[in-house]
Amino acid sequence: MRIPGLGNAADNPKHATPGDDPEHHPRARDGRAPNVMRIGEWVPMRQHRDDEEVDFAIVGTGAGGGTLACRLAERGFSVVAFDAGPYFRPLEDFASDESHQSKLYWTDERIVDGENPLQMGSNNSGKAVGGSTVHYAMVALRFRPDWFKARTLMGYGADWPIDWREMWHYYDQVEDDLKISGPVSYPWGPHRRRYHRRAHEINAAAKVLARGAEAMGIDWTPTPLATVSAPHGDAPPCVYRGFCTLGCSTNAKQSVLVSYLPRALKAGAEIRDLAMVGRIETKNGRATGVHYHREGQWRFQRAKNVVVAGYAIETPRLLLNSANQEFPDGLANSSGLVGRNLMVQGNQAVWGVFDEEIRSYKGPPSLAISEHWNYDDTGHGPFAKDFFGGYSYMSQGPLPQLWANTQASAHGLWGEALVAEMQRYNHVAGLKVVSEYMPQERNRVTLSDVKDQYGLPVARITYSWCDNDKALNRHALKFMREALVAAGGREVWDQGDDTCHLNGTARMGSDPRTSVVDADCRSWDIPNLYVCDGSVFPTVGGVNPSLTIQAIALRTADRISARNG
Amino acid sequence: MLPRRDLYPGYDVLAKRDSPSWNAKTRAVLDERLAIGPETRRFFDEAEWLTMKAIADRIVPQPADRADPVPVAALVDHKLATDTRDGYRNPELPEERGAWRLGLKALDAEAQARFGARFHELGAWAQDDLLKRAEAGELTGAAWAGMPSRLFFHKRILPDVVKAYYAHPTAWNEIGWGGPASPRGYVRMDFDRRDPWEAAEAKPGREDEAHAENLLVGR
Repeated sequence: MRIPGLGNAADNPKHATPGDDPEHHPRARDGRAPNVMRIGEWVPMRQHRDDEEVDFAIVGTGAGGGTLACRLAERGFSVVAFDAGPYFRPLEDFASDESHQSKLYWTDERIVDGENPLQMGSNNSGKAVGGSTVHYAMVALRFRPDWFKARTLMGYGADWPIDWREMWHYYDQVEDDLKISGPVSYPWGPHRRRYHRRAHEINAAAKVLARGAEAMGIDWTPTPLATVSAPHGDAPPCVYRGFCTLGCSTNAKQSVLVSYLPRALKAGAEIRDLAMVGRIETKNGRATGVHYHREGQWRFQRAKNVVVAGYAIETPRLLLNSANQEFPDGLANSSGLVGRNLMVQGNQAVWGVFDEEIRSYKGPPSLAISEHWNYDDTGHGPFAKDFFGGYSYMSQGPLPQLWANTQASAHGLWGEALVAEMQRYNHVAGLKVVSEYMPQERNRVTLSDVKDQYGLPVARITYSWCDNDKALNRHALKFMREALVAAGGREVWDQGDDTCHLNGTARMGSDPRTSVVDADCRSWDIPNLYVCDGSVFPTVGGVNPSLTIQAIALRTADRISARNG
Repeated sequence: MLPRRDLYPGYDVLAKRDSPSWNAKTRAVLDERLAIGPETRRFFDEAEWLTMKAIADRIVPQPADRADPVPVAALVDHKLATDTRDGYRNPELPEERGAWRLGLKALDAEAQARFGARFHELGAWAQDDLLKRAEAGELTGAAWAGMPSRLFFHKRILPDVVKAYYAHPTAWNEIGWGGPASPRGYVRMDFDRRDPWEAAEAKPGREDEAHAENLLVGR
């Protein structure tokens, strides 16, 4: 095993390739792509001409598109996967620095409005090969089985057209592929297979969660995480440097960039970095390929099938921006639901000061979790549930810029009050929720009259909480506040405004009138057009979505394979 | 509110620059940032610059005796000169550069209207008064050109200025953060545990111990 970052090109930039600037010049070209696991090395890459009709053009290489590209290539299909972002080499390109690593985020213009305008960019949007998984917190959770029949069994939202047992079959596969580190037994839901790596040691911030949960009489567990606790191929075990949401510079983190994409390349997929897809072309009711911008010009890649996997903002934006004479309201939009039912998740927090030194910057940010309120449907006493849906909550590890901005923006501190409060950084611990917001048609992505650098209309993102969302926020904040106080927290305060993750906007379903795609992620309107990312979620549940997106991607590949095989 | 203290005496995160806690990329990134001096200015014009520096002094005040203050205004200037964006904005707020130019001019105009002087010429009390009015959205003069002062304060001034300050090693020293940590990372994760390459907090009466420990973090 190599020790990344020591004694080679990463430590001596003079050894870097001249003119190698991944943010401005594509790296995946000339028959090769970066070997992200080895400093300065390359792997061969099969390439296709634009006029060659490939089996699949996939737009996006994150949890949905990257995972799907891998499986489709391994099933023998010809695949070109496009990403608007750079092809980073984590061992060489990733600094331990919050400001610098904002290069991982989608920071192209977007307009936000509604009663509760969303924070985008660093919060939920990646622009890199590997997508948002390059900067996600690696929390690898399964949906509660009942959520796949939320409408029928629980009375809210919409049913998924997929059976939970089938999803659990695919969760098994993703967890195996990513070598998830997790506890010996998981406290909630049906029996699951053992995790593939031991759970990570928990830090003081996670022990605060544990103390609080035990005082409140609920279960907690070390969080299942997609960063390895023992080696996996060229990936070394996590060193607990704590920059997970800013990019992992050692490759312990099993982002799509270092997990599925190397496999995809090996199986013959082509990846095009710095390639922004602006429009999908159709003819006679079928998709014929994609128009994309790369190296200063617009090009057109022919394809037998097109998959949109740009996450829940860029996916509907592309479908709407692709409106043409055949489909004047945008592609796959006969239901009028493209862009609607955008769902984020609540991400409110409580923060407090502790006598002990916590130093939550060490280790992955969310090392402990309680999913109690995803599985308890009634509660009792002061915590009787008065809302639909559930939530999990996790320990936190904000780095200084994020923490200072939280103190300023959410706690209202500036001036001497801010700099003095910031000196208690090492004594702070917090609990943060990932909660289930309801699908609402009014929460949506539309096209703005503002144009981006490619001349394409940017997304306008409209979001407002409904009464159920607000009731859930109140319950979660109240419960977490008591838990934090019970754990020894003082001067506890609420961060009431935060949200995370992006889902909905091209929901799957069983009825073309009330959904955009079917259970196989295939659009009802255009038989060779698919959507494969968080956009297809009919409901979001109270867990981080990435594992579910990846499970759906594997299932979609199998369904495509079965149909074409 | 406790006053700012010398809580991590002798701690300098830069002492770790050549240790296994800093990889080459981190060194390059921080070298570039540390080359930004207090008068490094590419984006703001001279009038804007004076106002910007005065705002920075109120949002993240620094000790008068600090030999080498964090160049907060210059770091904000750098963000704007390089057109580094958040990736989203309220429709009532122009994009980053436009919002800053408009907001700084408007704050100056409000200072003239209320106090008969430019913003940077005012005392701390009057500057804070104007900033608090912006925070509450009470500044609505014509110079704002329809941009809500509340949004300018909360979405531009606060995040941009605060993040600029806490992007600097001097601020990291002040709060005792471990700083860059690749590839070495950390080992001791429990309550009240620190690795020898982390900042030692001064406990009352034992400041000398912390000071001695902090001189060793780069070893």
